[in-house]
Amino acid sequence: MALSPISRTLLRVPRELRLLTFQQSLRTYSSAPPNARLNIPTDFSTTPILHHTSTSSLSNPELPSSVRAGKSTRLTLHESINSALRHALTTDDSVLLFGEDISFGGVFRCSANLAADFGSERVFNTPLSEQGIVGFAIGVAAQGMRAVAEIQFADYVYPAFDQLVNEAAKFRYRSGNTGMDCGGLVVRMPCGGVGHGALYHSQSPESLFTHIPGLRVVMPRSPSQAKGLLLAAIASNDPVIFLEPKTLYRASKEYVPTDPYTLPLSKAEILKPGSDVTIISYGTPLYTCSAAITQAEKDFNCSVELIDLRTIYPWDRSTILDSVNKTGRAIVVHESMVNAGVGAEVAATIQDKCFLRLEAPVQRVAGWSTHVGLVYEKFLMPDVVRVYDAIKKALDY
Amino acid sequence: MSTRTPARRVLSSCLATRPRPKRRPRVCLQVTSGVRWNSVKQQPGSDFVHFPGAVHSKFTTTLNFTSPSEKNAMPTYRILDQSGQIVDKSREPLNLSDSEILKMYKDMLTVSILDPIMFQAQRQGRLSFYMVSAGEEGIAVGSAAALRKEDVIFAQYRETGVFQQRGFRLDEFMNQLFANRLDNGLGRNMPVHYGSKDLNIHTISSPLATQLPQAAGAAYALKMEHLQNPSEEPRVVCCYFGEGAASEGDFHAALNIAATRSCPVIFLCRNNGYAISTPTLEQYRGDGIASRGVGYGIDTIRVDGNDIFAVHEATARARKLATEGSMRPVLIEAMSYRVSHHSTSDDSSKYRELREVESWKRRDNPITRLRKYMEGKGLWNEELEKKEQETVKKAVLKAFNAAEREKRPALRNLFDGVYEEMTEELDSQIQELAGIIEKYPNEYDVGDFEGGREGLFKEKR
Ligand SMILES: Cc1ncc(C[n+]2csc(CCOP(=O)(O)OP(=O)(O)O)c2C)c(N)n1
Ligand SMILES: [Mg+2]
Repeated sequence: MALSPISRTLLRVPRELRLLTFQQSLRTYSSAPPNARLNIPTDFSTTPILHHTSTSSLSNPELPSSVRAGKSTRLTLHESINSALRHALTTDDSVLLFGEDISFGGVFRCSANLAADFGSERVFNTPLSEQGIVGFAIGVAAQGMRAVAEIQFADYVYPAFDQLVNEAAKFRYRSGNTGMDCGGLVVRMPCGGVGHGALYHSQSPESLFTHIPGLRVVMPRSPSQAKGLLLAAIASNDPVIFLEPKTLYRASKEYVPTDPYTLPLSKAEILKPGSDVTIISYGTPLYTCSAAITQAEKDFNCSVELIDLRTIYPWDRSTILDSVNKTGRAIVVHESMVNAGVGAEVAATIQDKCFLRLEAPVQRVAGWSTHVGLVYEKFLMPDVVRVYDAIKKALDY
Repeated sequence: MSTRTPARRVLSSCLATRPRPKRRPRVCLQVTSGVRWNSVKQQPGSDFVHFPGAVHSKFTTTLNFTSPSEKNAMPTYRILDQSGQIVDKSREPLNLSDSEILKMYKDMLTVSILDPIMFQAQRQGRLSFYMVSAGEEGIAVGSAAALRKEDVIFAQYRETGVFQQRGFRLDEFMNQLFANRLDNGLGRNMPVHYGSKDLNIHTISSPLATQLPQAAGAAYALKMEHLQNPSEEPRVVCCYFGEGAASEGDFHAALNIAATRSCPVIFLCRNNGYAISTPTLEQYRGDGIASRGVGYGIDTIRVDGNDIFAVHEATARARKLATEGSMRPVLIEAMSYRVSHHSTSDDSSKYRELREVESWKRRDNPITRLRKYMEGKGLWNEELEKKEQETVKKAVLKAFNAAEREKRPALRNLFDGVYEEMTEELDSQIQELAGIIEKYPNEYDVGDFEGGREGLFKEKR
């Protein structure tokens, strides 16, 4: 890896290091075994989850016709989020953007150049305090502005839990007829595993928020989805927790419509229709599910429907229930721990509403009920094998 | 104890199977401070306010807001100047032997050799992450050298020198950094999140400032221990944190609770000018972190972090203050500059001028400052320097090579340690994972982990 000039001057690199045996070097925590057929890393240049052509990107029926008639640009997730933020700041003077290390572009580059272009009154660094950031953002929103606050990692949102659970979520409810709310609030945060994040750079805390009525919880799967969902979140008059799968920031790249657009909140999307099994997921595991489905359909001669929840709460129950009533089999897949996770809510609702139609128990493929130990991540998160095996189980039941 | 309530009896019988701590003599704890408002009486015609919340405030007829003023900034304590000379020639001699000084120097040097090697190894993809402490070695080593081994440490992450000073061995550093089977953290934590029960250092946790209120509580436990066992020398907690972390609510909670419960804790702030990209000007206003200490009623000092003697002496004095009388917290703000990138994930050229870094590096450094002093005293010279550098480098590379070769810990460690006992749920998840690996053997690389798939079933080593 090329060193920046500063690295070169900062470091006295001992020559001996280059002489060290390289035998076990580059042993990463998440490489693929040599003979793997299923557990191979996602190929982001071919995955059907992403739009690899402008035509496919612009043909999304959820887009307004003017946007579909426009152009598209190939962007990564962080670039796409940046473009959405830029659009929001451009079109609405009441939008403010702040968080830790925002000004220089943020540790994941999502706010690159925004402070320079929109000024430090609207785009600024905050002191290092998540409870301060979220409480401040609630106050900004309560006065009618639109606050887009960033928490540097979802793992560090917990100091702000009180502000989110007791304040943001209950602001409208408790004010009753006085008509005060903090709906202009969006709290963005990178979440999820990257292969080597360990305990505190890997968490996906969405289920802690889906338990809280009053908060909308959204997780986009791709650059084009992120743009539309983030703009919808900023426009929404309810507080939104916007979780960005950070492993996709640079890895995922697709054609994103150039003109601004919103995508509907609380609306799931059927990514691939199918007739025998329904898989419900969101965020990064959708790529895993897609790879598993491709293999399973070949190997088991079946047809699997894949649904992206997109908004995890309040969630689109009818799309999921319609699908399961059609297929009779359901699997819920997410990264975070299986215990009391989103899968529990979805599975319980399915068994409640589709009981007589079910051909197999609803399965949950999710993280085990433990923490993200550094070297164990690939054994913890749902992988292609586990989803593939779950499809087989559902069919064989 | 005959006055036990039934509930407590139930609890203690539940706990009966657990090893009981050594019984301590019962002592009657003195109530050290009475209720404030009770002891204060408003005298008629007094020129002092006797509010419960401010008992020594004088009345004034001048309408005047107290403003923070740059002019009254708390001074920065130093002993050595930048050329390694003792500034105050009339001061009493240093309370340090030559061998203690040499140890401090060698500890700093070791960190400064270890750091670039591991940084570079990360660049080569051989470990996942690293953080150096260039420019701040003096704060870590100097303060640790003033503590007793029995004192308890809570660290942030840029205090490698504390571990080095206390005797954390190179193989222990390397095993943690490579997350191998010999790592006491069982391969669970990111690199540099060291911990050592033997050295009384709690395992480092990434969430910032969480260690501060914990340090206050730990110090209170040490205080209680001493009150119940007065024959034993009192211990203190030393808690390290950055000036950025001091913006967290936990920092404020910690100082306040430590002050009100008179906890023997030294809060040691490394003020290195940056929190990732955020400069101190955007982090706080007012007179640094030190002014916060005074606000919470805590004895506070600011020291030159590039002057290891000043750091050492201030910490030694803080330790004395903390353990004296009915005990109390102390705050030290050690001033320095983060010479390095924040971590291997950061490129600081995106937010600060290389010139700024270069000029700071030229100006000052705790290692060269001490070296100049030692050379002036005839304790050190170029030849010794060369030899020591060679020796340390060799030892580092040897430990590096050995650790890199080792296997990862057993897979069971993914599930172990969540609870004291494995739960039924986790147990069934282990079975499920083992079944999957067995059914799809080509899909998983378990060879790198101690015991392979069987390692899922191996009980704690
Ligand atoms: C609660 C929390 N928020 C954010 C982070 C991300 N983070 C890691 S280090 C850091 C900067 C800390 O700066 P400082 O305390 O000054 O220590 P320094 O790195 O300068 O030694 C940030 C923002 C974190 N680890 N924990
Ligand atoms: Mg700092």
